[in-house]
Amino acid sequence: MWILLEALIKITVVIGGVMTAAAYLVLLERRVAAWVQDRRGPNRVGIPLTKIRIFGLGQPIADGVKFIFKEEFIPGHVNRWLYVLAPMVMFVAAIVLFAAVPFGHVDLGIDGWEPIALVVMPGLDVGIVYVFAVSSIAVYGVLLGSWASNNKYAFLGGLRSAAQLISYEIPLGLGILGIVLVSGTLRIDGIVQAQAESGVWNVFTQPLGFVVFLVAAFAEAGRLPFDLAETEQELVGGFHTEYSGIKLMMFLVAEYLHMIAASFLIVLLFFGGWHFWGLTGSEPVAGIGLALLRILVLLAKFMLVVLFFMVARWSWPRFRFDQLMDLAWKVMLPLGLVNLVGIAFWIEYGRPQFTGAAEWIVMAICGWVLLFLSWLVTTLVSPSAPDNRPRLGPVAADLDAKEAASP
Amino acid sequence: MKPDDKNIKWAEEPKLGLAGKSYLPLIAGGITTTLKHLVSPKTTVQTPEERHEMADPLGYRGVHRLNRDEQGRVKCVACFLCSTACPAHCIDIVAAESPWPDREKYPQSFSIDELRCIFCGMCEEACPVDAIELTSLYDLAGKSREEMIFDKEKLLSVYDQTKDAEPMRTVREQTEKPS
Repeated sequence: MWILLEALIKITVVIGGVMTAAAYLVLLERRVAAWVQDRRGPNRVGIPLTKIRIFGLGQPIADGVKFIFKEEFIPGHVNRWLYVLAPMVMFVAAIVLFAAVPFGHVDLGIDGWEPIALVVMPGLDVGIVYVFAVSSIAVYGVLLGSWASNNKYAFLGGLRSAAQLISYEIPLGLGILGIVLVSGTLRIDGIVQAQAESGVWNVFTQPLGFVVFLVAAFAEAGRLPFDLAETEQELVGGFHTEYSGIKLMMFLVAEYLHMIAASFLIVLLFFGGWHFWGLTGSEPVAGIGLALLRILVLLAKFMLVVLFFMVARWSWPRFRFDQLMDLAWKVMLPLGLVNLVGIAFWIEYGRPQFTGAAEWIVMAICGWVLLFLSWLVTTLVSPSAPDNRPRLGPVAADLDAKEAASP
Repeated sequence: MKPDDKNIKWAEEPKLGLAGKSYLPLIAGGITTTLKHLVSPKTTVQTPEERHEMADPLGYRGVHRLNRDEQGRVKCVACFLCSTACPAHCIDIVAAESPWPDREKYPQSFSIDELRCIFCGMCEEACPVDAIELTSLYDLAGKSREEMIFDKEKLLSVYDQTKDAEPMRTVREQTEKPS
């Protein structure tokens, strides 16, 4: 009974917090986008019916109200069942991800109470596997939506999105396998705990895995420079072309939730979760004050990663689709494998020979050397997009004509 | 045109060096540009609190006004040159016999449909007595089409509103001559 109540409270807090965060991160994204373009962004909507502005913080409410009250138009040519189902699938798949994001353990100091794990699903042994399993369900949302829309643009967007999401699942997993090997656990809170105890975040020792995971996470979240699925210039809106009203909002929020989840995963797996040197300690269970501090540290790191997502959006041009696929299969997949094999070698042959701090220093050096070498090899081999530029020389049509003319 | 035509220029892709192939300078360059713009001064003008700074408010073609003479009467002599010149046919004048001795006619009513106006300034150029002029007011808005048809009183009030900032052309030319 108490467990049920506890779970309900956690679910409420997580869903409420995540949805609010999504709404306000949209505002932040619009402001950052405006700043990057030398504009100011939405800064006028404040408290309704007053002239108080508070930096446009009322904008998400206005956006939400607008989406809810807009006409929800279902075109006549769609497959109604799948059309209605798709945004739900995508939204649910995006939000259940957060059930596995741990914020640490808190001991409330009340007699007879166990320490409370600040995660909806405590003690989830398959943590990372669960995250990947759930996040790949989002592909179904995209596919269903694009197929049910019965529209060529939506269909092309859906095809691209499906190919992209499935391709980048593999580097995403490979980027993490090294961490799983080193930490010896699939539990996300276990991985955070391992980083806190050693005081060495995984990004320092496994930079190659981080690069692979970061690129794959961008692609999984469908953010620029990998937003091929909804390129406005060529596909109108991609898979959500035919959607309007609150269904469109569910799609857009789900995509945003993917970005939030990716940011949380990057922080938890590579940047030590709630750990910060000399500030949060490294015990698994904390008192109320320390637990709050840990949550703040985690959220601060999360905000930095989200800001990087937003700034990255305006920094680099979008990939062409064949370049995107090349990057996944010819660059990121081999690099992920190299990282995995390197870590496996290290654990089998390298680690037993060192103790204490030397172990981590040598591992970090090896990791960075591995990153440098593999990047160099990638550069030299350069499996970039094929050069299909027209050149001077015999054209196929000319050769055909000559062949036809000669007896 | 054949592929080996002399007029075709064949462009070659620039050859990338090791640095270019590694993408690192491009990644760094992209993020530097973004960060530079993130903190650079913003160009947005916050209307209505701030106003656009016009290089030449006197040359701007905004809302019309009907000028007054020294005695505060409307300067217009109802010659219809402006409404004849107007390509959008937005000026409507009803002339009447002038109550004053210095001219024959005066406009009994003078209305401009600001929604039809294309702000070309030809009325201003056509006017022989500098009675109609375009001001630098650009933010005109109304809640109905009727409201946007400016009558004589409204156009004269625009003059009262803008005469200090933007003196009439005749006044300007008089003051500019001595210098």
